[in-house]
Order: sequence, then C-alpha cells, then structure tokens
Amino acid sequence: MSIDSGAVAGSRTQRPLSVAIAALGGQGGGVLADWIVAVAESGGWLVQSTSVPGVAQRTGTTVYYLEMCPRPADLAKEPVFALMPVPGDVDVVVGAELMEAGRAAVRGFITQDRTTVVASTHRVYGITEKSALGDGIAEANAVLAALRGAARRLVCFDMEAACAQSGSHISSVLFGALAASGALPFARDSYEQAIRAGAVAVTANLAGFAAGFELALRNAPVTGVIPPGPAPKSDAGRRLDAQVRATFPAHLHGIVVEGIRRLMDYQDGAYAEIYLRRLSEVSRWDAGAGGMARGYALTAAVARYLALWMSYEDTIRVADLKTRRSRFERFRNELGAAPGQIVHVSEYMHPRFQELCDTLPAPIGRRLASSEAAARLLAPLFRRGRHMNTTRWAGFTALYLVAALRRWRRGTLRYQVEQARIDAWLTRIRMSAADYELAVEIAECQRLIKGYGDTHERGLSRFAAIMQFLDRENDGPELAGRVRRLRSAALADEDGHELGAVLREFAAPHEAAA
Amino acid sequence: MAERSFSQEVLKLRIGEGGEFRGEGILAVTKALLQSGVGYVGGYQGAPISHLMDVLSDAQDVLRELGVHFEASASEAAAAAMLAASVNYPIRGAVTWKSTVGTNVASDALANVASGGVTGGALIIMGEDYGEGSSILQERSHAFAMKSQIWLLDPRPNLESIVHMVERGFELSEASKTPVMLELRIRACHVYGRFRAKDNRAPGFTLQDALDAPVRDVTRIVLPPASFEHEQEKIHKRWPAALAFIREHRLNEFMGRPGGKIGIIVQGGLYNTLMRALELNGVADSLGNTDLPLYVLNVTYPLLDEEIVRFCTGKTAVLIVEEGQPEFIEQNLNMILRKADLPTKLVGKELLPRAGEYTGQVLDRGIEAFLRQYAQEMGDSPAPGDSRGPRSSRGAMREPSKEIRALQGILPIRPVGFCTGCPERPIFTAMKLLQRELGSLHISCDIGCHLFSILPPFNLGNTTMGYGLGAAGAAAFNSPRGKRAIAVMGDGGFWHNGLTSGVGGSVFNQTDNVLVIVDNGYAAATGGQDILSSRADNRTKSTKHPIAAAVQGVGVKWLRLIDRTYDLKRMLDTLREAMTTAEKGPKVIVASSECMLNRQRRERPQQNRAIAGGARVVRARFGVDADTCTGDHSCIRLSGCPSLTIRPNPDALRQDPVAYVDNSCVGCGLCGEVAHAAVLCPSFYRAQLVFNPTLWDKVLAAIRGAIIGFLQRAADARRAHHEY
Repeated sequence: MSIDSGAVAGSRTQRPLSVAIAALGGQGGGVLADWIVAVAESGGWLVQSTSVPGVAQRTGTTVYYLEMCPRPADLAKEPVFALMPVPGDVDVVVGAELMEAGRAAVRGFITQDRTTVVASTHRVYGITEKSALGDGIAEANAVLAALRGAARRLVCFDMEAACAQSGSHISSVLFGALAASGALPFARDSYEQAIRAGAVAVTANLAGFAAGFELALRNAPVTGVIPPGPAPKSDAGRRLDAQVRATFPAHLHGIVVEGIRRLMDYQDGAYAEIYLRRLSEVSRWDAGAGGMARGYALTAAVARYLALWMSYEDTIRVADLKTRRSRFERFRNELGAAPGQIVHVSEYMHPRFQELCDTLPAPIGRRLASSEAAARLLAPLFRRGRHMNTTRWAGFTALYLVAALRRWRRGTLRYQVEQARIDAWLTRIRMSAADYELAVEIAECQRLIKGYGDTHERGLSRFAAIMQFLDRENDGPELAGRVRRLRSAALADEDGHELGAVLREFAAPHEAAA
Repeated sequence: MAERSFSQEVLKLRIGEGGEFRGEGILAVTKALLQSGVGYVGGYQGAPISHLMDVLSDAQDVLRELGVHFEASASEAAAAAMLAASVNYPIRGAVTWKSTVGTNVASDALANVASGGVTGGALIIMGEDYGEGSSILQERSHAFAMKSQIWLLDPRPNLESIVHMVERGFELSEASKTPVMLELRIRACHVYGRFRAKDNRAPGFTLQDALDAPVRDVTRIVLPPASFEHEQEKIHKRWPAALAFIREHRLNEFMGRPGGKIGIIVQGGLYNTLMRALELNGVADSLGNTDLPLYVLNVTYPLLDEEIVRFCTGKTAVLIVEEGQPEFIEQNLNMILRKADLPTKLVGKELLPRAGEYTGQVLDRGIEAFLRQYAQEMGDSPAPGDSRGPRSSRGAMREPSKEIRALQGILPIRPVGFCTGCPERPIFTAMKLLQRELGSLHISCDIGCHLFSILPPFNLGNTTMGYGLGAAGAAAFNSPRGKRAIAVMGDGGFWHNGLTSGVGGSVFNQTDNVLVIVDNGYAAATGGQDILSSRADNRTKSTKHPIAAAVQGVGVKWLRLIDRTYDLKRMLDTLREAMTTAEKGPKVIVASSECMLNRQRRERPQQNRAIAGGARVVRARFGVDADTCTGDHSCIRLSGCPSLTIRPNPDALRQDPVAYVDNSCVGCGLCGEVAHAAVLCPSFYRAQLVFNPTLWDKVLAAIRGAIIGFLQRAADARRAHHEY
C-alpha cells in the first residue's frame, strides 16, 4: 500500500481476457464462472471473477464477469482487473438464453473485432410474453440475425435440448461449447478437470460438457420447418381430400386439410363435409371479391377459424381428449416417467350448471337453463371444482362415458347455439365481402373466442362488442383498420379497459354529430 | 439455515501466516476480522452482505475457538447498539448491514456510539447496495459519516487492499476513539481474488474480562453535560488524531507519474474501473502504470487537506471521480482549494453524470471528455485515440448497429418474481380474485419477497415505506366506514420492528385495516436466514416462537391462522371475511407455508436418498394438456410461477402459444387451485409418480391398466371409422 508508483506507462503489456456470462437465476451461471476460474488457475493464469447477484429469487438476469491473464514474471506488478464489462471491450460473451445474449449485444458487449459469442438458442419466456392474452412471444429471428451480424464468432445452438439429452445442466453444456469455441487458450482436459474438482454431479456434468463440446464443433444451424401432414388413411379422408384438391387453390390445401383432419377427429366425416361446404361457399365469395390478387386471404383465414370454431371445446371434447391413449403416452413422456412406472393423474375440472344444460338435448337443455328453480336446486353440485382421477377406473369411466356422447352431439343445446353463431359470423363475412380487408378482419375476430368458463364468456362478449360496433358502423371509412385496432385492444388487458377506451374513441364522432 | 452454505469455504479462515487465501471478498473480510483479533461480530443480513452473515454463521466453530461472540442481531439498530461493548473496554467489534437502508435503521445507535466515542476499535462493514443489481432507494452512506463524524473507508476493490483496510480500520478507530465505516460495493463483496494471509488472533481482552471487572465512565454516556463535551472532543481531539493516523500510515495513495499538469482524485472503490477507463483511453496499461498522477482516497471521510493541496499544487486541472450525489467530496475539495488559494480547476460532475452508478462505460466517456478538454496540459503524453490504446479499434462500437438497437424493443423485460412453488403467490392470487369481487384495493406493501406482488403478473400494491413498516404505511387509512386497506408484512419485517410499529400500533390506535403477515419461516429474500419464528432446529439460535402468540400478546383479537397458503379457497374466504366483517379493530391474518426454495433444498436430497434406498416415494407435479389449452394464459396472470410457462402451439391451426409446466415444477398445486377457483379451464392435471411401488400398487395398477387399456383400444377402433 501507499507506494508512490513511479512507473511510467511503457510498452503495452498483454491485456486481460474478459468473459461476460449473461444468465438467468437458476441456470448455474455462478457454477460456470467457478469452473472458468478453476480452468484459468490450473493453466497458471491470474483470474478475477465477480457478479451482481440480487435477492435470493430465481428469476431476473445476472451478469457474471471474469478477467484473466497469464501470471506475470514479476508478481509485484499484478494487473488491475476491472469489476464490470465495458462496451467494446469483451472477448467472450456466454449467453445462457437467447434473449440474454441479445441483451448483451444491446449493452454493447458484443463487437465484431473481438467478441466470441457462445449462446443457447432456447427460450425462457419473460413474464410479459407469458401473460399476454394472445401471442406475446418475442421475435427470436431478429435476435439471431443481430447476433450473427455483431459477433466475431457465433457458437449458437439449442443447449437446453442438448442438456435434456445428456441429462445434465445447461451450465455444463455452455462450458463444453466455450471450450470448443477456442476463445480461451486452455486444453479440453483442464475443463474436464475443473468439473471433476467441483465434485458435484460429475458424471452428468461431464456428459453435458461432452455434448456441448461436440455440438459446438458441428454447430448445427437452427431451422424451423413444419413437416407436411400425413396422407389420408380412410376412404372418407380420401374422398374429402379429393374434394379439397378440386375446389381450393393449391397453396391452401395444407390448412384446409388440417381443418378436415381436426373436424373428423372432433366429430366425423359428415361434420367435416359441413365444414367443406361452408368453406367452399366462402371461397366463392372470395373469388367474386377479387381474392385472387390477395392470395385468397379470406378463404385462408376462414379455413383456420371456421375449423377452430366448429371444434368448440365442449365437455364431450374435453372428456374425449382426456381419455385418449395418445394423451396417456404424452403425459408419461412429459413427466419423464420411467417405462412401467406407476403414474396417477387427476384432472382439475370445474363443471358449471351451464355445461350441464349445454350437454343435454337442446329442448331439455334450454328449458333447464331458463329454470331458476333448477339452477338453485342444482347449484350445490357445481359450487366447487372437482378432481377426476383418470388413471383410476371410476374417474376414467365417467369421462369415457361423457366422451361417448359424441355421437349425440348434434342434438345438444351447445351444438345448436354454436352453429347459429357460426352462421351469423359467416353471413356477416359474406355481407362485407365487398370490403375485402374488412371481411378478413371479421374472420380474424374469431380468435377472441377461446377457452372455457369465464375466459370463454369474456372472449365471446368482446367478440360481440366488436360485432355490435359493426352493426352501428356499416360503411364508415377505414373500417377494417378500426376492427383490427379493436381486436388487438380486446387482447390488451384482462379487464377490458383498452377495448372500452377504443370503443368510446370510435363512438365519439357520433355523439358529436348528434 | 441459510440458502447458501459456506461450510467448505470457512475452512479457508484457518489459513495461517504466509498462506495464499483465494476466495470471495466477503470471506476475505471475515478473515481480516479474525486476523485483527476481533472480540465480537454482529449484523443484519441483506444483499450484498448477506453472505457475510452466512459466513459468520457457518464459521461459528472457528469463532468459538478464538473466543469471538457472534450475534445475529434483531435489526441494524440492534447491531449498532452492540458496539457499546467497545465504549469502555479495549475490545474490537465489527458489525455489518446493507446500506443505506440498514444505516437508516441503525443511525440512532450509531449517533450515540459516535458521540461518546470508543476505546476498542469499532468497525462497521457496509454493503453498499448502489447501482446495477440494487434493490433499494439510491442514496449515499457518506452523509451518515459526515453527520456523526464517523470515518469512512472506501478501499480499492482487491482483496489485498480490502483486508489491509479492515486491519488499519481498527487501528484508526482506536487511535481516534471513533467508530469507522468500511464501504464495500456490490461487486467488491462478490469479487473472487487472493491475498497473503496472516495468523488469526484471539482478542487480548475478552468480553468475560469486561464482565469480571466492569468499567463505568460517566463522561462516555450521552447525557448533558457530557454530550456537549463530546462535540468539542470530536472536533478538537478525535478529528486531528484521525488525520494524523491517516497521514502517518499513508492510507490514501499517490499513484501514477508524479508532477504533470492534470491529475485525478478517485474514491478507492472506483480505482479499478477508472484504471480500465484510462487504459481504454490510451493513458495507462493493464498493470496500472499511468502517466497521469492519481490520488486514491481509500479514506473518503475525513479528507487530508495538506495531501490534497500537495497533489493539486502546480496542476491546471484535477478530475474528481466521485460516485453518487450530493457531491460531498467535490464540495469539500473546492473548499480546500479555495482556502489554500490554489488556482487549480476542479472538474467533477460537469463531465461525469450527477447521478447514477459510475460504470466502466460512464468513466470511459468521462475520461475521454476530460482528456479532450485538458490533453494539451499533458505535454508529451499520448493523446486520446493514440494507437497505443485500444480506443482506435473501438470507434465502431460506440454506436451499435441498427439491428442491435432494434433489439431494444424486442427483448422481454425480466422483473424479479416469486420462485417456483412459492407459498406467497397464492396470497396474492387470492387478493387478485378478491379485487374482482370488491373492486380495486389499497395495499400497503413491505420489504421482502412479497413486494414482488407489485410487478407483473400480480400488479398489486401501492406503496412500500421500509422494512417491517407495511402496517404502519396503512395507518392513515383508518377510515371509519367502507372499504378497508390491506397491509402486507413478512415474518422478517415482523420481527425486525413490525410487531411494535405495525401490530402494536394498530391495536393501540384501533385501526380497522387488514394485515396479512406472510410467514414463510425464514428471512427469505436475504437468503433464507433463520429468525425467531423459524420452524427449523438451529444449532446455536432459539427458534419456533410463533408469530400468532406475539400478535395475540400485544392485544389483537381478530386473528386467523392459515397453515397452508396453497388452499386458495380458504385464503380467499379468509381475506373476504377480514375485509367485510363488522368487527372493529385490526384484523390480522398469519399466512404460513414454508419458503419453497428452502423446503426443496431440505427435502429433495432426502427424497432422492429414500428413492435410492428402495422406499416407496410419491412425487407430485403438474401438467397442462396442450390439446385442451386454448392459449389465453389466464392461469399465468393469476399465478406467475416460473415453472408455468408457454411453448409454441403444437396445433397447426391454433396460433397462440399454449401453457406448459416445465420440469422445475415442485407440485405445489397452485395452478390447479387457480383453475378451480377462477373457473378457468380443464387443462391442468396433477400427476403423482410412484417410485418403488408396493406389490399392492402393482396389482392395482395392472387391473386399472387392463380396464383402461381395453376401453382406450375400443375408442381408438371407433375413432378409426371417422379419422382422416
């Protein structure tokens, strides 16, 4: 201490190598930093690491930062290591998640002249992405493209998948990829030795390291192609398929067949034929309205939303999906159950009085639904949620029997209600076909109707609010744009503040005129 | 027991003379305390010094061998008051807390100990929670040093310097009979580095020695007339003694090339960042050699006038690098220069930001601006942008590309949130559901994990006034009729002061508000330290003192205990009752469920051992059926569990991502409860995986499998008739 340094900055000494690790809490960024410290020290280097861990919770982002350099001959003159990365002055950025690698780029830590980026392409979604009423997922391709443009070298693949395969933790896969990237001048052995010295989950971590190392060398490019659906298997399927080929433009075959596949699975071939009949009509209006120039966007939109609406989620559908063998295989797989392992599954169901009425034959259901006495009498049955154990025979059989009501579905109250709604929607689309964009927008509004219980009612009422707006406003300017705005407002928040505000805004000129 | 165990690291505390210590800054401080012959240590946890408390707690064997007393203080005020042991006796003591919030709490006791002065060295280790990663209001600890005349150390952030300043800090305290603060920024607390160790020293004068022969000196007690005398003593005796010690032991450092026309004065803690900025500007190398003269303040209060005058004499301009505001040092320096009649221009906050952390980037730009303005004064030394520096190669990065700037709008924010399976989440889910019935509510929050309720997806809470002050923050809303306010308080805050400031105050003033005490068994947000009401056994502390007994003890009549917060219906019913009951007076709900982070840490290894040992174990977790989920995400808005996430919809026709429970699920059951209570959707299922099944399990499973399999095959066959 307290030595008046007389030395003068002379020839430039080797600058320290700097490594920034951007990780989410719980991803093992601290473990990774400790391993890198061990590797550097075993190579006879001086190393410093630090971090800004916040409170104990497991969400937020943490940046771990390391600097290292070969041990100088004169130990009295140790380098001054910085405690935080400076933009433009980082050699290696390790991104344990795609958006965090992107954030490192935004902070200026990734530069063309020197930064090697080792990042995983998998996503851990942020709360705003998760809690959106619709699709709030951030655009990953923009981040990948920016990283590719910014980094000197980019080693980038889905490390989460790699660690699932190797049964390890993502920190070990990142460590392997870092070793393979060649950004640090240490031998593979010293990395593996660091894992062994850590003495925690050594076998799994070494497997993860090896996977990361090899995948980084191959560095498979990321692709996102959806495979085409399989050919029809049944006679009915082949018949409908032929009809699709004869009626619809080629580029729409995929989506129309998806709709048919869904409705045959939902009900039967006859129901799918109703779908095709309705859709053929739409395609005629579409052609009449000059749809060719627009790639038949209206038919495409209706193909999707009509199939979704016609396969509305009733109790029969839920019971059917819940009891399928394929579903049992899927949950065993998702739970990671070992072959032959016993798994009990209980469902969280909350049937309501309304659902009982919906499932009954229409005349009875309608009378029951309008009877206050019945509602009061049966209310206790529906007050609380129920647990149905589908892996025990009683619970399974109950749902199985409900699923078997499928053949009588066309007689149920819900069926009649939904078909009437669908017809009204299609009629509205036809009436609007002169304004092509508006027709497409109306078709898209079906997206608001989804879910069960309160969620379904909320969606339905917002859909209705937009349709009522159209009743009042049938030929105003920019109608399509306004419907689009209303639709995104309907998805903006749960309480409907935004939708109310936009509706009021659109209503204002009327009031002024009145 | 704390979240992180230091049981391996504390072995490093035994390293003797000449050995190389390698480890975290916090651990190095502990080692330095032992090397200094400290007699007692205490403090209150909070980032970034939580680990210091954890290290001390895990180091109790070493402490006991040396005869050092460790106190997990009830609050920072309690910790500061403990320094009273150094007033009359030559015993060294150290306390620690998170600053400035902890210093706020401690300042009553701090001011008293500073007034009467100390005989044994008294050191306060302050974890300065400022800048990136900070969870508190942004203020400086410097003001506390100035107002009470406590000396403030701000060592260069390498372990050698930090350890040295801990040791010198005690000596300074004794030489000037004044407590000393040592300020450590977040990164310095967590920095991994090394230093040359010394042997630990047992205190020469022990606490028992003091009790055996107590010393009473009425002139050390803060009461007139002594209190007037203390002020005189501070100015006329202790201050000059401190300056003499700092000068004599050269605690502040002159570095770089002496002479020259411009120079830099820097807080010790910012030295490393400054050096990197100088290097990037081409006027230093990575070994810390620089052409610019530097004056490094390892002691930032008080300042040594004559050293500053010596440094500034002959210079045209001097840059002061001082983080935070107000710019106390800059003001002081200007006064010193003015008094010495020096024409040197002092450059500070006009080139560097007035507020905010001095990061590498901030100092890089500040130094560049300073050099540009005053470079001609440097004579033959290199100008910025010289090829020797890395600056020239960095010109391009100054402005990131268009693609990268566009990412700013894409990257999702990641606010902190409740952990997977957190038992506090259902409390706020219940409040959110209650708001659907009663309309929006005024909620007075506290400090702790539960404060995350203010962020998405819960968006609940209006104010937070400080640790344990949730109930006090609602005191004014004691309205005689209509809607009531809800106050939230954690168990940590409850024992810190909430029992008196909140519960006692509510009883005395007969408030009509509702108080929810979140009892998760630990001071969870600071890393899971035990507190009075913890249910765990603790080797050295007394636990298992129920909050309910304390609440009733101060006179609460309306008290409801919830022993499983995941029971959402009960939680909601209880909250509704509290909000609507005709009964007057405070309504207190103690909502108890163990912190899931700590519970998993305890139970997971046990469960794994049991499975490996062949015992029958049932592990629960939740799942979502992708084909019934329609992608509305209500469940996420009402739960916010990290394990409840989304993934792209596997259905070709549906576009909205579906909910998905990932493998980190611990099976707490809240998502299912939410689906029930809010009548959401039938997609949730609870799965129980049976490990090492009994024969009976196997027989039953075989029978069930046969029946269900038969029915499923029949359904598959029927479905084949109408498949595509």
